[in-house]
Amino acid sequence: MADELPPLITDEMRAQIGKESAPTTMEVDKTAIRMFARSVGHTDPIYYDEAAAKAAGYRGLVAPPGYLGTPVFNPDAASRRGGGGMFGGPEPSRPLRRILNGGTEIEYLNDICAGDVLTATTHVANYEETKGSLGEMLITTSKTVYKNQDGKVVAISTGTGIRY
Amino acid sequence: MAVKWSEVSEGMQIPELKKNCSTQQLVLWAAGSGDFYQIHYDKDFAVGTGLPGLIVHGALKNAFLGQLVHDWIGNNGRIKKYGCSYRGMDYPNEDIICKGVVTRKYEEGGEKLVDLEVWTENPQGKKTTPGSATVRIDS
Repeated sequence: MADELPPLITDEMRAQIGKESAPTTMEVDKTAIRMFARSVGHTDPIYYDEAAAKAAGYRGLVAPPGYLGTPVFNPDAASRRGGGGMFGGPEPSRPLRRILNGGTEIEYLNDICAGDVLTATTHVANYEETKGSLGEMLITTSKTVYKNQDGKVVAISTGTGIRY
Repeated sequence: MAVKWSEVSEGMQIPELKKNCSTQQLVLWAAGSGDFYQIHYDKDFAVGTGLPGLIVHGALKNAFLGQLVHDWIGNNGRIKKYGCSYRGMDYPNEDIICKGVVTRKYEEGGEKLVDLEVWTENPQGKKTTPGSATVRIDS
């Protein structure tokens, strides 16, 4: 019976693929780097001690793997969960209530260090619908491109969001 | 110590990284990452959503895998790419063993590169966070 339902992916959603979001500013600062590194349990001093980072060949404290800057807090958007982007945009043809973070991949193209100011833009790369153990699922793949203050692309992250 | 190119061979395991998150570490991570979803530090809230209890953030496990790879190459190279899928939940006060195996050693575009399969394993031996990485090794 479920097979007779119309597709979850609407024309409006298809039209959204590839459209870039408004840019978000992500600040890479020393306090946030140290906090992130500490919370993971990193022991390499390049994440805590500027002199050690410079001695190892970096411009300053190094952004640990997975850290791509801290969004500038916006009190007007504070009631929303998360940073936005992954599940913004048009809704599927039927409501799906549950959300899972399916996975993340980051490609690094240049070093990211304390003092960098990154500009992030996100777009939906793909929508896919499938049936799995959780029933019908909508898989959204989104890509975020991070450029630094010199206009260099420093990282591209790909996120997979699952709604079911 | 950072691994050297001459020491890398396909099929080799990289040194394991053992984690075991206290609830305090999950709170630290909430602050470090900006993810304040209550299922990671408020047990009543977590149980109210149908979970057995608090769960470890997926992105923290992703960061653990980043540490696993960074600790192996040190500053004798860079992580070019890494990522993982979230396939299973992990819980505070249970071991999360991060592991990696070299799947390919090659040179491309003048760079010495290594591909790895990486993952986290729970106490039952299940790979809850399978992923992969590509690193550059300088010397």
